[in-house]
Amino acid sequence: MQQKSLRQTIKEIVYDHLKTNNGIAMGQCLSAVGWVGGTLPELYEEDGMIELSMADVAGGGFAVGSALAGKRPIYIIRYQGFNWFNAPIIINYAAKSKEIWGIPCPIFVRSIAMEGGIGPVAGSSHHSIYYRMPGIKIFSPMTPNEYSTVYKEFMAKEEVFYISEHRKSFDNQENFENIINEKADFTIFAISITRFSAIKAHEALSKLGYVINLIHLWRLKPLILNEEELTSLKNSKYGGLVLDDDYVDGIAKAIAYELMCNTKNNVSVLGLKNKTAGFDKKVDNLPPSSEEIKKEILRIINLNKG
Amino acid sequence: MTDYKKNEINIFNKACLCRAFEKKVYKAVKNKEITIPVYLSAGQEYIASTIATYLDFKKQNEKQIFIQHRGHSTYLAFGGKLELLIYELLGSTKGCANGMGGSASIQGKDINLFGHDGLMGSQGPIATGACFGNKIFTLCFAGDAAAEEDYFLASIGWAVTKSLPIWFIVEDNNLSILTEKKFRRNWEMNNVAKGFGMQSFNVDDDPKALWETLERASLNQPALFNINTKRLFWHAGAGIDNEKEFDRHAIYIDKYKNSKKQELADQMIEEIWEKCSKNL
Repeated sequence: MQQKSLRQTIKEIVYDHLKTNNGIAMGQCLSAVGWVGGTLPELYEEDGMIELSMADVAGGGFAVGSALAGKRPIYIIRYQGFNWFNAPIIINYAAKSKEIWGIPCPIFVRSIAMEGGIGPVAGSSHHSIYYRMPGIKIFSPMTPNEYSTVYKEFMAKEEVFYISEHRKSFDNQENFENIINEKADFTIFAISITRFSAIKAHEALSKLGYVINLIHLWRLKPLILNEEELTSLKNSKYGGLVLDDDYVDGIAKAIAYELMCNTKNNVSVLGLKNKTAGFDKKVDNLPPSSEEIKKEILRIINLNKG
Repeated sequence: MTDYKKNEINIFNKACLCRAFEKKVYKAVKNKEITIPVYLSAGQEYIASTIATYLDFKKQNEKQIFIQHRGHSTYLAFGGKLELLIYELLGSTKGCANGMGGSASIQGKDINLFGHDGLMGSQGPIATGACFGNKIFTLCFAGDAAAEEDYFLASIGWAVTKSLPIWFIVEDNNLSILTEKKFRRNWEMNNVAKGFGMQSFNVDDDPKALWETLERASLNQPALFNINTKRLFWHAGAGIDNEKEFDRHAIYIDKYKNSKKQELADQMIEEIWEKCSKNL
């Protein structure tokens, strides 16, 4: 039997959220062409699919208020860069409400990345905006199983969940397993869409004779790593690399720091380049490709070989 | 006798409680019993006192209230527990916001009054979203400065689009810290709300005028009331910007001087405050 795609999984979760769990979904232009990359069922306001005005900051506040009213909103942000406007009230009210006032304010923020010819704001993941603030959980599920798991967790909790999605993962039907070797040369920790490139880089490096671990990171905050995953880095001869689809001065470096503290092994980062993305290919800013990942790992290995 | 006349004494009683409380907080800040920033609402108490009394009279018992940083009088006028507010200002975990909220982020769980996070005007969209979510009659209080926030204006627009039962109460003291409205904008909130298609009113905090204005609005439809008022004390802390500032409460103190209501409220606050401060 064919496995469901991530797209279909999300669509069914949203449908159940509205039709079975008495929840709502809110966002801008939800019913426009494509229904957010085909991840939404064709439902309308009477079903709980709420079209918001184009006021981004206020939209975040409407979601917060609806959460206080018990509606457990799925709040959909079509491009992660729009969080610069959408995040303030979610971060400053919803994420703090339980701690300050003892009043839960659960919101499931679906924040969607994509890149490639989409310019300086809309492109890439922006989960690092939320990362530094307390009271929020951050996930980046790229597989159907991961997404179903995180939704179930959300329904069992009373917290704000930030879901860093990526459009290029929506067709994915596979569920990924970590690749861990007893004695490895290097360990890759990959986040979001970089996981797909990391798999290819792993294959390429293995063909060259290197023993590479690959850890799929999707529980970003709190960062959850088991003993086996940490040991894989500890035992890696040339250290590790955190890959991200956001600028590295955020989640990537913070995770690298935690990994280094926990293993005393060196960990580098590779993410978006420190420049603004333009629209043309010549000036775009894309997440690390499999080739770039391979080159960076070989550079680190050769450097340490001395 | 008009409905207002029947209720004026109730409004006055609430105002006395609010004034007594703010006078006590003023003293507690001066003598350093309170060390956190406080935002005193003395001078503005007839707004919450009148609206609370009006809604009680109209038996609008089911409601949710969203306030902002200068909210002591709103909390008290709507029946928030006095002891919990005292504990909060004294930094106790027994306080209405678990000692986390201070003066600016108080809440009243038993009266469905939600705390404010400190982002100016965020209560606009939050209140609107809550009202959208549960359709319960909602009051959203804001100052004239907070109401200028773009997302507050967007909330008015969405409340009207969705025909929500929400009243926006703009406590217009003409000041953002000490910057007057005329330096910040050349428009009035009630006109903006009107532009969005919302029933809107501009009125002074004179309780009779305000009561009569409230009577003109529907409880089932969104409305905005821009209510002109005077802040007696500093933006934050205990101090006076203008010794000659108009004080509406003085008129009613004089009118009801035989009732001794203010003295009784002062005494009650002193007693409860002392009890709380010994029991932190």
